[in-house]
Amino acid sequence: MAVYKRNYAPYSGRLTSRWPRFFILTRYSYARLFQSRFLMLLISLCLVYPLGCIAFVYLSHNASFLRLINFRGTELLSIDGRFFYTFCVVQGNLACLLTAFTAPALVSPDIVNGGMQLYLCRPFSRAEYVLGKLTGLFLLLSLVTWVPGLLIFVIKSSLAGWGFVRAMDWLAGGLLLGLVIWVLLLSLTALAVSAWVKWKNAAGALLLGIYYIGAGFGTAVNAVFHTNLGSLINLNHVMYVVWADLLRYDNGSETPLRHACVVLVLASALCLWLLSRRVRGFEVVK
Amino acid sequence: MQPVIELSGLSVRFGKRPILKGLTTTLSARTIGLLGPNGAGKSTLIQTLLGFCPVSGGTARVLGHDIRRDKSSVRAIVGYMPENDALIANMSAVSFVRMMGELSGLPSSAALERAHEALFYVGLGEARYRALGTYSLGMRQLAKLAQAIVHGPRLLILDEPTNGLDPPARRRMIRLIREMRDSGCVHLVLCSHLLRDVEETCQEVLILKDGQIVHHCDLEKEHQANRRFVDLEAVGNTQGLVEELAALGCECTPGSSGRFHMTVPDGFELRQLYGIAARRDLQLRRVSYRRDTLEDIFLKAMEN
Repeated sequence: MAVYKRNYAPYSGRLTSRWPRFFILTRYSYARLFQSRFLMLLISLCLVYPLGCIAFVYLSHNASFLRLINFRGTELLSIDGRFFYTFCVVQGNLACLLTAFTAPALVSPDIVNGGMQLYLCRPFSRAEYVLGKLTGLFLLLSLVTWVPGLLIFVIKSSLAGWGFVRAMDWLAGGLLLGLVIWVLLLSLTALAVSAWVKWKNAAGALLLGIYYIGAGFGTAVNAVFHTNLGSLINLNHVMYVVWADLLRYDNGSETPLRHACVVLVLASALCLWLLSRRVRGFEVVK
Repeated sequence: MQPVIELSGLSVRFGKRPILKGLTTTLSARTIGLLGPNGAGKSTLIQTLLGFCPVSGGTARVLGHDIRRDKSSVRAIVGYMPENDALIANMSAVSFVRMMGELSGLPSSAALERAHEALFYVGLGEARYRALGTYSLGMRQLAKLAQAIVHGPRLLILDEPTNGLDPPARRRMIRLIREMRDSGCVHLVLCSHLLRDVEETCQEVLILKDGQIVHHCDLEKEHQANRRFVDLEAVGNTQGLVEELAALGCECTPGSSGRFHMTVPDGFELRQLYGIAARRDLQLRRVSYRRDTLEDIFLKAMEN
């Protein structure tokens, strides 16, 4: 179909492999997301704390700096489970904020404008659609969570030597697993909310409500019924329990790990079910 | 000739409500018109062929691919232009069509090239860098057509392509459909309420009513073999006229105020009608002679 001929002709070139096609959605989502200066500013702000941590780790091994502040102890700040637990809490909450600003624009425009049938009338399944959108959000949130976390660990290891790596290798695994679970949960929740709530502002507010108003609601349930089951409504708290266990840090929570794991599995399953109800090529009007 | 669409007892239910009731037929023409009143099941049939609606019984084949087993293969060879608004508002037309091409399996550079070509082909070449949200209704229809043809499908399904178009835009759309038909590279399924659009572009017509096939015809053959009609308006004594015309082989339906609708047999000549009028001293105020149109076929199918 050459432009100068202006007549219809079929395509006879090669076709791409099927499995990486979901990345196309990720790529186009990024192209749209990164047009926003506000988002770039928000991502930069999310990286302030990790950069501070990196600087601190570097300086705590810098002899000139230690002499300058007249430090005589063995370690300025121990890089252990507590350090990374705090890192997870700070970056996890910032990731939640970042999700509330970016995710509402991911699925709802496709549903509102009827674009879903255009995606799904091609050799492209609903699972690939969700995977494409999920990957976009996962990579973005990874940039402010486990990637800088592991970078801090690597920098500390390079400065402290193999002894630190051998003694603390579980820390890197726990950090990676804990933050990947959080990022996946945030991404799934955000996609489900975006699929069901049409207005971007309302979707963002609902997302923040799920994570922060849920905390208040859970505390109220605990106080009224004299139980600690209300904490299970609070997804932030549930995640803190998982992080504390993975990073071998006692955060004082009475919620058992298995309860937290069940809540995470149920929340993820609910999000997937909500997505499966909305991500469809057709809609039955009752 | 390979059948384009084969339906074998295809049934679809939404809950307990049957929408398509055991459709069985074979469609083989280059352009196929899908007709029926609202709620007949036309859009459901299209969406079932695309694998959107779950099949409750039977099956269908699109260019030899089973829609239940080879859903992905069917979607790879089909281009679909939906009836309602289906766009991503904040994308430019060229990005949108390119993305759709890539999702169909075209490499990125080829998709970009084809996106430009498709947009030029449908007449949006000058507006291809504008955001789709700023397009008029007619331009949106053309953008939907561009995304449907960007990957060079073997079967193009157009659901109400002339919906909301002004007369020049409608003519342009019909011309594009004819051009694609005449290129011989693509089969077309045209779903429309506008019988004129179907009559101008389609070779085969399937009429649905209440989820069932009420008529299936080859328009070419139907035009060759169809019956002729005479609409008559007479003043005077028309008693016994129906019987007299029936004796000549005419099916005559009396209307109000001396009006008659006649279906005339082969070999009937209007001179015979004038002869009867002269004998009965009837004044013929109006005699209009015409052949069967798609509208007649459609209305007859609806009556049945």
